[in-house]
Amino acid sequence: MDLVPTPSQTAGPYFHLGLTETRSVKCIADPQTKGERIWLTCRVIDGHGAPVNDAMIEIWQADAEGKYNHPDDAQDKAGETTVDPAWFGFGRMPTAEDGSCEFETIKPGRVPGSGKVLQAPHLNVAIFARGVLKQLYTRAYFGGDPANSEDPVIALVPPPRRQTLIAQPDALRPGHWSFDIHFQGEQETVFFDV
Amino acid sequence: MGGLTNERSIAQYHRMPPGSQPPSLYEPYRSTVRRSPTKPLIVLPHTLSEITGPLYGHEKIGETDNDLTRQHAGEPVGERIVVTGRVLDDNGRPVPNALIEVWQANATGRYRHHSDQHPAPLDLNFTGAGRTLTDENGSYRFVTIKPGAYPWFNHYNAWRPAHIHFSVFGRAFLTRLVTQMYFPGDPLFAFDPVFQSIPDEKARQRLISVFDLETTQPQWALGFRFDIVLRGRDATPFEA
Ligand SMILES: [Fe+3]
Repeated sequence: MDLVPTPSQTAGPYFHLGLTETRSVKCIADPQTKGERIWLTCRVIDGHGAPVNDAMIEIWQADAEGKYNHPDDAQDKAGETTVDPAWFGFGRMPTAEDGSCEFETIKPGRVPGSGKVLQAPHLNVAIFARGVLKQLYTRAYFGGDPANSEDPVIALVPPPRRQTLIAQPDALRPGHWSFDIHFQGEQETVFFDV
Repeated sequence: MGGLTNERSIAQYHRMPPGSQPPSLYEPYRSTVRRSPTKPLIVLPHTLSEITGPLYGHEKIGETDNDLTRQHAGEPVGERIVVTGRVLDDNGRPVPNALIEVWQANATGRYRHHSDQHPAPLDLNFTGAGRTLTDENGSYRFVTIKPGAYPWFNHYNAWRPAHIHFSVFGRAFLTRLVTQMYFPGDPLFAFDPVFQSIPDEKARQRLISVFDLETTQPQWALGFRFDIVLRGRDATPFEA
């Protein structure tokens, strides 16, 4: 390593102008994408419990087979070395007045982790906002998935805090999930140093 | 190829050197107080989830996407500038096909954004948003106008130094960078908590572009260089 990475700075309150006004991505999955279709509502809440209406959420995820659309993912899945052709895997949305934004996607498959275990299905989440000097990383897992109990990343988290990483299904609307991100407080979300 | 051996041998990305990045909580920047985690972050070993990320290059970049002075019928008011540089990883290798998105205030220090209340004029000929891809050498180039300084409510008489916001996608989700480019010699640096939030003085200086006579175009525009360094990785895979 010869050079030092450029410092991060806040996206500020006006990022919409360059990032989401014309280039937001709500639908991560096309209609023809294989997999179980889901709608995920993310909500961002500050240290006083107030909704954060000027955040941007970015999502990066694997396809239904658990494969990323990226050359460094050399997994051979179902005899195919290529990812689902209708798959890119990236989404980003600004939060609205109530601090929330919704993504339409598919539930990802399991991807290998470190060690000998597969990771449980998860979305990789990055949060940008005014007052956030460098993006915060977290993950959204799926409540009730039996794979959660053997996930090597969840295992790194102290048990009382694990539930902050778990999206919850909406009992009234099948396929709809909600994931709350708390910057601080009793429910403070687990953020990762990657 | 493929198979489990390969999947577990992942060349880890370098961790950020101490002091090179701002902390989450920097009290002089007031908005960080309610928006920064209070509990320690959990250190993750890098898996496929971290080392992959959206790769660009397939997407069409429109003809005026990297020329913010030609997006309207007339020319925007202000000092025309050329901003150019390279995106490298921390091993010094170019990052090709990196998507760069920029946004900025106009010459009066006003953003074309519904929540910008600064009582300075908007410019009908300036949106203030652009995008481009790096070429095979990691080089990029924008033409724009120099943004003005603008006031904000962080503290009494608070003004942001002139800056252009940059968003960069490298090769991985963990190399994602959102930052701000500043201009040399700005008298507001000493008073700006966003700029001052970076602990290491040398790291801070890297956000200041460099005036460049070679990029400067006679009778037309001043040139500024702004190189961007993203995290790189070890050459050899690490057996996790
Ligand atoms: Fe700004």
